[in-house]
Amino acid sequence: MKLVFLPMQQTISEDLGQVEYIMTDKTGTLTENRMIFRRCCISGVFYGNESGDALKDMKLLNAVAGGSPDVVQFLTVMAICNTVVPIKSKTGAISYKAQSQDEDALVNAAAQLHMVYANKNANILEIRFNGSVIKYEVLEILEFTSDRKRMSVVVKDCQTGKIVLLSKGADEAILPYAFVGQQTRTFIEAVEQYAQLGLRTLCLACRELREDEYQEWSLMFKEASSTLVDREWRIAEACQRLEHDFEVLGVTAIEDRLQDGVPETIETLRKAGINFWMLTGDKQNTAIQIALSCNFISPEPKGQLLLIDGKTEDEVCRSLERVLLTMRITSSEPKDVAFVVDGWALEIALKHYRKAFTELAILSRTAICCRVTPSQKAQLVELLKSCDYRTLAIGDGGNDVRMIQQADIGVGISGREGLQAARAADYSIGKFRFLKRLILVHGRYSYNRTAFLSQYSFYKSLVICFIQIFFSFISGVSGTSLFNSVSLMAYNVFYTSVPVLVSVLDKDLSEGTIMQHPQILFYCQAGRLLNPSTFAGWFGRSLFHAIVVFVISIHAYAYEKSEMEELSMVALSGCIWLQAFVVALETNSFTILQHLAIWGNLVAFYVINWIFSAIPASGMYTIMFRLCRQPSYWITMSLIVAAGMGPVLALKYFRYTYRPSKINTLQQAERMGGPILTLGNIEPHPRPMEKEVVSPLQISQPKNRNPVYEPLLSDSPNSSRRSLGSGAPFDFFQSQSRLSSSYSRNCKDN
Amino acid sequence: MTDTDRGTQRDRHSAFSLFTQQSLPACKPVLTPEWVIMTFLFIGFIFIPVGLVTLRASHSVVEIVERYDIGCVPEPFRIDKVSYIQDDSIPKNCSLSFKVPKYMKAPIYIYYQLDNYYQNHRRYVKSRSDKQLLHGQNEHGISSCQPVEVNNDRPIIPCGLIAWSLFNDTFTFIRNRAELKVNRKNIAWKSDRGHKFGKNVYPFNFQNGTLIGGGKLNPTIPLSDQEDLIVWMRTSALPSFRKLYGRIEKDLDVDDVVVVHLMNNYNTYSFGGKKKLVLSTTSWLGGKNDFLGLAYVFIGSSSVTIAVVFTLLHLLSPRHYEDTSYLPWN
Repeated sequence: MKLVFLPMQQTISEDLGQVEYIMTDKTGTLTENRMIFRRCCISGVFYGNESGDALKDMKLLNAVAGGSPDVVQFLTVMAICNTVVPIKSKTGAISYKAQSQDEDALVNAAAQLHMVYANKNANILEIRFNGSVIKYEVLEILEFTSDRKRMSVVVKDCQTGKIVLLSKGADEAILPYAFVGQQTRTFIEAVEQYAQLGLRTLCLACRELREDEYQEWSLMFKEASSTLVDREWRIAEACQRLEHDFEVLGVTAIEDRLQDGVPETIETLRKAGINFWMLTGDKQNTAIQIALSCNFISPEPKGQLLLIDGKTEDEVCRSLERVLLTMRITSSEPKDVAFVVDGWALEIALKHYRKAFTELAILSRTAICCRVTPSQKAQLVELLKSCDYRTLAIGDGGNDVRMIQQADIGVGISGREGLQAARAADYSIGKFRFLKRLILVHGRYSYNRTAFLSQYSFYKSLVICFIQIFFSFISGVSGTSLFNSVSLMAYNVFYTSVPVLVSVLDKDLSEGTIMQHPQILFYCQAGRLLNPSTFAGWFGRSLFHAIVVFVISIHAYAYEKSEMEELSMVALSGCIWLQAFVVALETNSFTILQHLAIWGNLVAFYVINWIFSAIPASGMYTIMFRLCRQPSYWITMSLIVAAGMGPVLALKYFRYTYRPSKINTLQQAERMGGPILTLGNIEPHPRPMEKEVVSPLQISQPKNRNPVYEPLLSDSPNSSRRSLGSGAPFDFFQSQSRLSSSYSRNCKDN
Repeated sequence: MTDTDRGTQRDRHSAFSLFTQQSLPACKPVLTPEWVIMTFLFIGFIFIPVGLVTLRASHSVVEIVERYDIGCVPEPFRIDKVSYIQDDSIPKNCSLSFKVPKYMKAPIYIYYQLDNYYQNHRRYVKSRSDKQLLHGQNEHGISSCQPVEVNNDRPIIPCGLIAWSLFNDTFTFIRNRAELKVNRKNIAWKSDRGHKFGKNVYPFNFQNGTLIGGGKLNPTIPLSDQEDLIVWMRTSALPSFRKLYGRIEKDLDVDDVVVVHLMNNYNTYSFGGKKKLVLSTTSWLGGKNDFLGLAYVFIGSSSVTIAVVFTLLHLLSPRHYEDTSYLPWN
């Protein structure tokens, strides 16, 4: 796999190293968005539980071969209750074009179970099952809407003339509408069990329609379809008329595998002090399961989930206050606390309780927002940005575009949902796990290099400025320039630009060390390499070097040697020599290019000046030749270098050895102690204001990545509908509150 | 590693790919105590001897400095020196005498030194026309010579403040009643005579105004041979400077008494400047200047001191570089 990052915008690469919040989409970003049919439950019988793959379960294969009517009906729904179009290639192989990855998975699975959806010709569907061909006429398609959470087709069996309604949908959209008397308990259990495994569930159902019933409904549906006012609502109402008294056939479980390396990536980046928010349009339970399986949140008792819900303002307000209280009380305990909020509650919270919600956002390292719309995703990003955090949004689909554009840095995954997100993003990557390298390696290097480059640029320009200022004091404050115009022009353009440009190759730490110690990124986030005090250091250095160059030049070239042109070139070459040594001292890793640029530039300086010295019309005719012949010139140069660099080197060595920064320590370890094997697995150092936190904040590295289900919310995952607005979780929060904590990390001290 | 990886392996190791992937082999120096202490010791052991040699060279130079700007004004005029120097009717001759303190080997350079004289002032420095100096009257572009570019509607050659303020004290040297010959040739840079001052450019309309700045020029000698002017027009960057007047090509012995007859023409009194006469031999390093030697010895000994301090620090509290245990997250 070739690793390719494609930056769309070059100006924000250094922001990458300072990211504090990552907002991530779920499907297609954390997961592969490649649906695979794994298990099913047909009329109370579980298939695929032992092997983990229903397609290889002998029980099911036998049932298919035996032509068990329940199974056949189930497979029929799998094969034709969709909007998939089969395409026959010249070799006879059938491939499917599906809008939804779930439908694709179901149709393919049915085909493997010998129920092949072979052809679609206008309204006539052709299905091959065990050698026989069955034809259906599609009468209506009741398309999927997120309100109804199900889709149906009405088909007519061409042989028997029977009209059947076939439906598939979310459990809460199918099971309550089963016909009176059907036992749905096993299905509820199946849904619960599959959801715990992080599988996406769909319930399949059917109902036989009487001819007259269909005709009557058909008229109503046609009328609803052709109305101009409230059409969507009218259609939904019409569908509702038909979709009831289902005979539930079974439950399918589709796996959407996590991408490779997602849990490791999230863990590493969280160690680097970055907070993760998951913003997904999916339902709460699936989101929580995925979050669990990818280290997003820790299982009990380490982690704790706080739920914000409610249908009305009051409920949301109460829920929000409760969660906030829990967060505040338990801010010092070593626990992973995350809050879960759904779209509806979020809407209310953002509208009416923005302040409280902002506080919550600052306190919480992790959040899961489910059932959120694209614009809400963007609103959340904006909320964090308004708190002065640097945000990164990552997503793969069209619904992430607004969030990606809103964030400081947008990262698009060019996945199966097309290139919309990748086009809108600043960076586009192929897999979520590359985010680790993008931020830790590229982002960090960019930040370091930009910090050096900008401060160095100030430094080198200030040196010249200070010298001019000093010179003005001995030229009657008349504003005479010590340097001639050629030198002033070439100083920034030629003499000092090349060495520092090669700092794009500079690496303070090797990539391996950064990956092993992601915490080091934390030292970029608060602007530790570019802040007023580092800037003051460079300012002081430029003042010091200007004094060194000026004082030495005017004393070494006094009296009979004090000719203007000569003194000017002595001072200028003193500056150039110091620049070369400053860049050399600040370079962490020398490649051949760096040596070439630094020392070659010094040679180039002399060559350029010799050329100018050979032109009679130039202001400095013969000057450089004269200087280079004088021993005193070279003695003066080495004096300037020693006097200018000696104190800088001594100071740097002292700090490097006796007051080492974290980066220095890692550099020393990396270069002296061979490979570093200690793998830090502890949270970033608490900021100074939180000194009273005695116990180190510790998050264990999860040893197994298999999602072990532990109840996180008081409600069972498949009954979230019931918990909405009930206020029942209150007890749960009370009992858990003493265990929760928040992170000092979030309190920005600068 | 996938197949594509292996397939592109050759590309990855080409130099260009190493460059674009930023994985060129790099040397990562570490500031170990050994290296740093050795560096400072090295600087110390190089700089102290070089400093001593430099100091020796500077001390080998014999230099005689005589200030004459006040001594040459007769007692009665000392209250108002400016009117004395501006009064043409008073003769300006004056004489100094000094004893040679040490044997001075020829050539002995004669300089005049001016103090508090801002030859580097912006308006002064700009007030010249290099084109005119080289090509003469035909050339335009004497506007840069303001405020001394024309007189009586005719251009001045050489124009500008620098030329106008030409130094014009003269010196004759007498030892044991015999005149010491002063060589006044080749005191200016050869490159200036050849390429900066024209062979066919003659002084014209120079010092004809009401305000006389300094010396006059012989209008029959081309500018390229007016060496005093050429020396003067190499402006100095510092407000205290020496300019070459000539060379004595005879050795001077210890206790030789040298009498200098000078014409004290140049007005430094109106701005508080000082005039000095300097006789100096030379060394490989130039004239007498202790600065480089002292600075070298100072830097060298400071480096040794720093090396000693770092050595002590290292011995008293050695650091193990491979120790990452006190990283806050370990």
